[in-house]
Amino acid sequence: MNSLLGFVLISVLIMIVVVQIARVTELAGIRRGEKETQKLTNKRNANYMLWFLAGFMIFCVVSALHYKNYFLGYGPHGAASAHGTLIDSLFNTTLFFTGIVFVVTHVALFYFSWKFKAQDGVKAEYIAHDTRLEIIWTAIPAVVMAILVVFGLSAWNEIMADTEDEWIEIEATGYQFGWHLRYPGSDNLLGARNYKMIDGNNPIGQDWSDMKNHDDLHPGEIVLPKGKKVRVRITARDVLHNFYLPHFRVKMDAVPGMPTYFVFTPEVTTEEYRERLKDYEEYQVPADPSEPDGPQKWEAFDYELACAELCGKGHFSMKRVVKIVEMEEYEAWLAEQQSYYMTAIRNTDADPFKGQELASDPAVEEAEEELVEAAADNTVAMNAESAE
Amino acid sequence: MVISKGIPTYEEKLIEDLGYDDQFHDHHEGDKFSANFINTYIFSMDHKMIAKQFLITGMFWAVIGALMSLVFRLQLGFPEADMAWLKPVLGKWITVNAEGIGALSNQFYYALVTMHGTIIVFFVLTAGLSGTFSNLLIPLQIGARDMASPLLNMLSYWFFFLAGVIMFYSLFLSTGPFSGGWTAYPPLSVLPQASEGSGAGMTFWTLSLVFFVVSVLLGGVNYITTVLNLRTKGMTMWRMPLTIWAFFITAIIGLLSFPVLVSGFFLLMFDRTMNTSFFLNEIFVGGEALQQVGGSPILYQHLFWFLGHPEVYIIILPAMGIVSEVLSVHAKKPIFGYKAMVFSMLAIAFLSFIVWAHHMFMSGVNPFISNFFVIFTLIIAVPSAVKVFNWISTLYKGSITFNSAMLFSIGFVSMFISGGLTGIFLGNSAIDIQLHDTYFVVAHFHIVMGVAAFFGMYAGVYHWFPKMYGRFMNETLGKIHFWGTMIGAYAVFWPMHYIGMAGVPRRYYKFDTFDSFNQFADLNMFITVAAIVVFFLQVVFIVNFFYSIWRGRKMTEMNPYNASTIEWTTPINAGHGNWPGKLPTVQRWPYDYGKDGREFYPQVEPVNENESEVH
Repeated sequence: MNSLLGFVLISVLIMIVVVQIARVTELAGIRRGEKETQKLTNKRNANYMLWFLAGFMIFCVVSALHYKNYFLGYGPHGAASAHGTLIDSLFNTTLFFTGIVFVVTHVALFYFSWKFKAQDGVKAEYIAHDTRLEIIWTAIPAVVMAILVVFGLSAWNEIMADTEDEWIEIEATGYQFGWHLRYPGSDNLLGARNYKMIDGNNPIGQDWSDMKNHDDLHPGEIVLPKGKKVRVRITARDVLHNFYLPHFRVKMDAVPGMPTYFVFTPEVTTEEYRERLKDYEEYQVPADPSEPDGPQKWEAFDYELACAELCGKGHFSMKRVVKIVEMEEYEAWLAEQQSYYMTAIRNTDADPFKGQELASDPAVEEAEEELVEAAADNTVAMNAESAE
Repeated sequence: MVISKGIPTYEEKLIEDLGYDDQFHDHHEGDKFSANFINTYIFSMDHKMIAKQFLITGMFWAVIGALMSLVFRLQLGFPEADMAWLKPVLGKWITVNAEGIGALSNQFYYALVTMHGTIIVFFVLTAGLSGTFSNLLIPLQIGARDMASPLLNMLSYWFFFLAGVIMFYSLFLSTGPFSGGWTAYPPLSVLPQASEGSGAGMTFWTLSLVFFVVSVLLGGVNYITTVLNLRTKGMTMWRMPLTIWAFFITAIIGLLSFPVLVSGFFLLMFDRTMNTSFFLNEIFVGGEALQQVGGSPILYQHLFWFLGHPEVYIIILPAMGIVSEVLSVHAKKPIFGYKAMVFSMLAIAFLSFIVWAHHMFMSGVNPFISNFFVIFTLIIAVPSAVKVFNWISTLYKGSITFNSAMLFSIGFVSMFISGGLTGIFLGNSAIDIQLHDTYFVVAHFHIVMGVAAFFGMYAGVYHWFPKMYGRFMNETLGKIHFWGTMIGAYAVFWPMHYIGMAGVPRRYYKFDTFDSFNQFADLNMFITVAAIVVFFLQVVFIVNFFYSIWRGRKMTEMNPYNASTIEWTTPINAGHGNWPGKLPTVQRWPYDYGKDGREFYPQVEPVNENESEVH
């Protein structure tokens, strides 16, 4: 309340001061004469132009140096994916060209402003156009843009190309407000979905009569092996969301009723990324300021999945942790996961095969053996691939 | 016929000798056009009064929009701070906990963000900028008595007013105003189950904007017709000042793109009220699966951005026109490359229709399509660069008078460069993968179309204030306003580039959920403090504006800047019909400054055979 009053009071005070300044300067202007006042302020403002130029350039350089660790592709913020490096270098190429233009045009703008201030006895020159100059400065940006377009589009088409190679497919479904994750399980195939089947026990509407759904996993976090192509199937349950992995330079809208994809290859494990951060001061502080002896920031680091498309009042809270691990660790993790169907649906009322025998339906004792076997098969297949 | 009270000026004599007599003042409706208070100040059909109405309404909305941004900037800069003091204003949107600490509700945070965007983009920078100066300057600078249709012109303002009333009312709804972002993407904007603001708030929002579009279209038709048909004798297209070119092109863009937005809004309304599924497909929300299938939310995005992108040029082109004119007048030099300036505006206008999907690289459209949009988008950099180089060359070897209008024009060029260059990053789809929907985008468009357009508007207000009110605005205050805003605006938006590079998404209520985004508490605080300072500097402008209307230094000569254009040949406080006698006949282009040792040639002066270069 007091602050509100303060806010109003400050506004009123400013108004009074402003009106007084206006009065005083009007009077002073009349006393000194319009021409004289003009001359004086003109010189002063011309000088401010130079001061501003200098100050602005210094501000740009100093702030850029101070925040250099947040630039794409520098220091700790290098991309953690194969294509991310490409994006970072494209960013820096563009930064190089635009940086030159920024400095040159700003120097010209403010220097000319200062240099050509109105002065007694100096008249403006009549220069209406210069065709040669105009052709030159149309051509230069055209050439630079052509270069950037070529680099940009070759990167874009490489990144966005769907892949023929082996990949791990995972699925992320955005909802208000969180992500539901699905792994295809041992058959490497995601089962069919029908949004009308969504209910409390079936968060993304999997059609249980589709056998491909039976081994699908619902993990709480994304775990992926280093160096293996991943194809993320991205979709949404209610409104638009956006599957955003800042460290991997991955971003794609999640659209209800229309799956989208993003293919990327994680190249840096979470551990390696932490090691990278370790060298930087800003990460050598306790992760939780209330616990000075707790883990440091770099130790507590995790890749994160966020939402980058406004989806309602909880938009800012759609977080999942992403872990990139070595292949063996990934396989071990995968082997631990249990099929959602088997643990939550099998032989409940929701199960269309209730009471029937399924091929994937081992006796209780055999079940664990089978899972281990499946995981082992998986391992062999994976190793064979990575050996290639 | 009395020409003016004192001795006729050189220009007045020229008009009397060479002007064109349209018998305007012989018609009974001519001088008696505005007879009483109501048709002079409220339902006025005089373009100069309508311009003032647009300007002051725009200023009202600018204050509302800016105050909204201060509230959500407080949330971002000081997330832990007690906001209970705002409870008298914001009511239930501030929740006070047991310890008496008030917090801004996240629902209302998003409503504020949405309203801030909608208000500033449409009500301030479209109506307040283009509406004001198109109305004021088109008849005055082309030598017309008024707009082609004064009635449509009046309706244009009142539809805008109506749109404003509806939007203002929506701020007080119990479910709050619309909160799904100024772009109103479905399904969020269609489903009240998904967001409180998508209920009545969205209904009012769409209604308001449909009326707003009616206003823009009525205005636009009028501007185009007036420019094409009512130019005075001798005012060929190539003799029009760049302001008029800019307003003319802006009106054409608006006329072609706004209807598409309305069609999108109608489909949105059908989806909301009649269970159609233009934009809906396979949605499970609020515990039930909706019946609608087969639509595509992407379709809406196409319709929206088909307006949305030209809209940013609707905002920036009038500012460009104003700046071109102001730079030339106060540097006492012709605008460099007049024809190049016109052609670059035409090129920008044309290209603005084929780049819309660069807002949608990451929205799930076929990546192949993006190739074309990248190419066209980056091509826009070429005419934009030409304009920047021409503005800078206009200063070269000039004789610059630094008044507030000139300062804001120079500031505009700086902002346009800074913001334009970051557009080259975002227009390249591959880089956009990382930067899309981050603070980098916020920095980019606030600088290039927010601050820059405001600077253009300020330049226009300071420059033509004498034409509007017969008095000058206070220069000292204007300079405080300029230098403070110039430094302050960069202080607010420059650091957002760094936040964006680090990947922090925009439209986040708070950042503490994510460790990666939670590293900028100091910077956010800095930005908020800078934003508050900048806000108070705008208060300086508003006080200066209203103070000067009644108390400003009086205009004593008709042409205080020694400008060539013909709006300065009208009397101080010109009445209806603008020129008391004949209409001026235009003899030359509007930029004969500093030629053959003369400071300027008025446009009404015949070309004499000894002149060195004739345009």
